[in-house]
Amino acid sequence: MKRILSLLLNGRRREDAVADDMLLIDYLRELTGLTGTKRGCDGGECGACTVLLDGEPVLACLTLAVRCEARRVETIESLGESGRMNRLQQAFHEKLGTQCGYCTQGMIMAGEALLRRNPNPSETEIREALSGNLCRCTGYVKIIESVQAAAGKAP
Amino acid sequence: MTKPVHAVGPVRTAGRPQPLIDGVEKVTGRALYTADLPSAHALTGEILRSPVAHGEIIRIDTARARALPGVRAVITGADCDVAYGVLPIAHNEFPLARGKVRYWGEAVAAVAADDARIAREALELIEVEYRSLPVYTTAAAARAEGAVPLHADKPDNIEREVSHVFGDVDGGFAAADLVRERNFHYAEVAHAQMEPDCTLAEYDPERGRLTLHSVTQVPFYVHLTVAQCLKMDPAAVRVVKPFVGGGFGHRTETLPFEVIAALLARAAGATVKVELSREQTFVVHRARPETDIRLKVGMKRSGEITAVDAEVVQRGGAYAGYGIVTILYAGALIHALYRTTAVKYRGFRVYANTPPCGPMRGHGSVDMRHAFETMIDTMAGELGLDSFAARRANLITPPYRTINDLQVNSYGLPECLDWVEQASGWKRRKDKLPPGHGMGVACSHYVSGAAKPVHWTGEPHATVNLRLDFDGSITLLTGAADIGQGSSTLLAQVAAEALGIGLERFRVIAADSALTPKDNGSYSSRVSFMVGNAALAAGKELRSHLRNAAARRLEVNAGDIECLGETYRVAGSDRGISYREAVREALAQDGPITVKGTYTVPEELQGGKFRGAGVGPSPGFSYAAQVVEVAVDEDTGEMRVENVWVAHDCGFAINPLAVEGQVHGAVWMGMGQATGEQTQFFQENGLPVRANFLDYRVPTIVESPPIHVKIVESHDPNGPFGAKEASEAALAGFLPAFTSAVADATGIRVAELPLTSDLLLEAIHARRRSERLKRSRGGK
Repeated sequence: MKRILSLLLNGRRREDAVADDMLLIDYLRELTGLTGTKRGCDGGECGACTVLLDGEPVLACLTLAVRCEARRVETIESLGESGRMNRLQQAFHEKLGTQCGYCTQGMIMAGEALLRRNPNPSETEIREALSGNLCRCTGYVKIIESVQAAAGKAP
Repeated sequence: MTKPVHAVGPVRTAGRPQPLIDGVEKVTGRALYTADLPSAHALTGEILRSPVAHGEIIRIDTARARALPGVRAVITGADCDVAYGVLPIAHNEFPLARGKVRYWGEAVAAVAADDARIAREALELIEVEYRSLPVYTTAAAARAEGAVPLHADKPDNIEREVSHVFGDVDGGFAAADLVRERNFHYAEVAHAQMEPDCTLAEYDPERGRLTLHSVTQVPFYVHLTVAQCLKMDPAAVRVVKPFVGGGFGHRTETLPFEVIAALLARAAGATVKVELSREQTFVVHRARPETDIRLKVGMKRSGEITAVDAEVVQRGGAYAGYGIVTILYAGALIHALYRTTAVKYRGFRVYANTPPCGPMRGHGSVDMRHAFETMIDTMAGELGLDSFAARRANLITPPYRTINDLQVNSYGLPECLDWVEQASGWKRRKDKLPPGHGMGVACSHYVSGAAKPVHWTGEPHATVNLRLDFDGSITLLTGAADIGQGSSTLLAQVAAEALGIGLERFRVIAADSALTPKDNGSYSSRVSFMVGNAALAAGKELRSHLRNAAARRLEVNAGDIECLGETYRVAGSDRGISYREAVREALAQDGPITVKGTYTVPEELQGGKFRGAGVGPSPGFSYAAQVVEVAVDEDTGEMRVENVWVAHDCGFAINPLAVEGQVHGAVWMGMGQATGEQTQFFQENGLPVRANFLDYRVPTIVESPPIHVKIVESHDPNGPFGAKEASEAALAGFLPAFTSAVADATGIRVAELPLTSDLLLEAIHARRRSERLKRSRGGK
């Protein structure tokens, strides 16, 4: 069955008819065209689809779209202002925290949630916050450096 | 007319850390990967996969699937009778199985339908009858007497047997002070690149043209193979590589789903999207095979290696793919890291009922390097030699030609060893570590591209175009596929360096067969060296156009003009014109300019003439050394990598930032293989049991160590600005450095990888039992 989903997506109010069993990742990618959120696995294994739901990181592939009713969803496309990169995006770019880029949005969204609640995380706290996000390119070394570089800077 | 100029020098781009030219797209979510391309209009393609790992197909009935409303095309093996593969002598795979299936999950039929639900329903309606055959999930079972051949042309299931002898092996062993022999076993591993497989195929029935967007590392192979399989003129095919989420070898050869997507699109006369799940992506496989190695080494008291006798068996999976190349690399790259004087190599590539193996980062060299370095370490221990001393006793002095005709022209390994020894505090710390801690060292190397490409046509190894138009911008056109390694950035840096101007004037268009020159692709670390050289040649060619234009304008000889990047000046004077003026002058005469640069591997670097000599030769070999430090908990078997110090000789770091990133990734991928990664199949039915990220466990950020990188620059005489590869060599060294570190910490060496906590704990318990037994016997 379909119902009307009303939510705040990247700061904009949206209403869409969605099936009860539609996953948030499919809603984002297929209905709203926000393809920055990536599918990397068959469900809950890799973190590539991490988005923020009321500011908390969730996996869009394990979240029903209808669960987002009247809630705030933020994706990679919402970061930064006037098309400029935010602190994490800039750091991932400049420090090479991204190689192939496929895990990057999930890493940045998980990092964003971390920095909002803890502006100056320790290395251990960074590792814990990103522990559900797999990367196959970087060995995570420059990802940690990127989050450290962004920490303490204005959002 | 011309004003005096106060010229600044050319802008230096090569050798400076450079964020990726397409990095902004990646961090903002604007980068479009194949699955992200607009496809609301596309049909959904789904693939029916074999539930048996070895069997004859008795009957396929697609009538009920075809009748389902919303189904636009159904195809089976009957729709493509062209076999494809890698080496022309080993084309034995069809996009959809014909007559026989050889691994669980092999594609048998495919459907294009209005949506995914209908497509999946249609798959359920396809009836396939199989007659099961015995399933072989190990090389030993497939080679056993009386085993049913997977392929009619190989009755003993051996795809290729290699037998190479270089030098006087018996004499070498006779001259040794110590001879040791040991067996090793290596699990199969997978690339596990983050982006699952996907192809978007668009067929235009009016013009008979096909456009493919796909996740490939080598658009050219996809182009060739799809045209062959669909019996189309290659000129009617266009292949585009969008952003690609990693490859590591998975996407080097053309993959079945790519051809299937093309077949479906043509059959439906429409656009079809085939998006594979993670499980299906694991089943596509093409990675590092399960391998058994028997290795015998002779060594003098000095540590000098006098002879090597190696036998390698690889379980290659169901089809040929890159198999012959892999089994040849395992032998060829015994050489060129150290001096070798006598080497005997036997290799067996075996067919089995598992997904086809293929090239994976460090192609062919990794497992053998672990065995070899382990032998050096253990034998050095027996001889009372330090691990560094044993390796230093075997170093090469370039230029050096190995006994299997590999040419080493630059060799930074001594400096790599010096740095890791010093940085890790080896001499100071090694024997003073707290209990449960250990350190190990190992070396490794790799090619900078194969001197003989798989599709040998005689044309240059690489071609780059630079296009200059009225606005002064330069578009670099390359067929090289950037899969995250940063090749587009590197090529722009090289061309910019040649012209002395900043990167902001450059755009890169890569890997679109309608726009970019053919390229042999991103594999065997060929791009920095080969395509880099082509970009350098193109940059010089364009510079010469602009110098000629400046000379015309300034009424001097071209030889009198010096290029300062943003200024072209009469040497030794203050007369000159700006870059933009030089561009205007050049275009006034010639119109918009497109120049070409090419690179061909010199004949003397193309290797020997014996059978199999085509695999191994490279215009440049890269080198790495690393020290790994571990902490082991003997009660749980848990191992923690505390630190890695790695030095990599990449000749010259065109982009030091990217070199660091590549070395980090290589070392870490080696760690995954050493510590836990392995595929696995049920012996009875060939069912893959680890085809997901929970069971195929790649290291997370929590257990990944600090990796300290030193870039060593040996300035190869043939590399662009002296550069060689940077992304593969450091992988193989991790494995032996890690197992040596564990041995240093525990006294236990397990000749099997991955070295999991379970495996180590078992060995620790076995040792305790035998010690108890010894004590109790001693007490009697």
